[in-house]
Amino acid sequence: MPILSNADREYLSQVFAERLVDPVKIRLYTQKLTQLNIPGYECMTCRETNELMEELASLSDKIELETLDFLQVRQQAVREGITEIPAIVLEGKNKGKVRFIGVPAGYEFATLIEDMIDVSRGTTKLQPLSREILGKLARPVHIQVFVTPT
Amino acid sequence: MMAVESDKVTADVVEVSEFPHIAQRYRIYAVPKVVIDETLEFEGARPEEAFIAAVESVAGGPAEEGGSSRGDDGR
Repeated sequence: MPILSNADREYLSQVFAERLVDPVKIRLYTQKLTQLNIPGYECMTCRETNELMEELASLSDKIELETLDFLQVRQQAVREGITEIPAIVLEGKNKGKVRFIGVPAGYEFATLIEDMIDVSRGTTKLQPLSREILGKLARPVHIQVFVTPT
Repeated sequence: MMAVESDKVTADVVEVSEFPHIAQRYRIYAVPKVVIDETLEFEGARPEEAFIAAVESVAGGPAEEGGSSRGDDGR
């Protein structure tokens, strides 16, 4: 049974058709369902996240989904700063790195959709002064926003 | 959004209820909680200007070389 309702799929298809400009890649570090579970490495939300990302990717030709098994590509994941799964890395016209750790459910699902659109367009709704300040940052900076689904 | 605009920014949204060890490490008692470069943290939503100022105070701008003006939340 799909995670997204028919109404949600219809709405999101329309949003993506209207607002996605260039392709967006979702790189999903996860636990594939076909492998044996290794004690201590069970991922409680990977199945749900896998299904949700597959459903999203099916709603627009501009969304590409790359699904990687965390344990099989661990070195690549570590190079990318991924130490927990499920982890979503968005790639498009973004200048920095945009990542979601854990299932993007509840309010964060809307954040994911908005970020996909921003990444596709390479622009945001930030004020011009904010963009100017960000463009002049002297050092790399890591921003972590901790949330819960409710 | 900031990570879309700047190649200096890595932005993670972390669903912390799945990762109790992260919640413990960062002492997450309320959400949203923001941690910038492990040095500056605050709870709750902030206006765009305040958030940008917090990022600038850590990552430095040309007028504040060395990030000397850590915010009130800085440790």
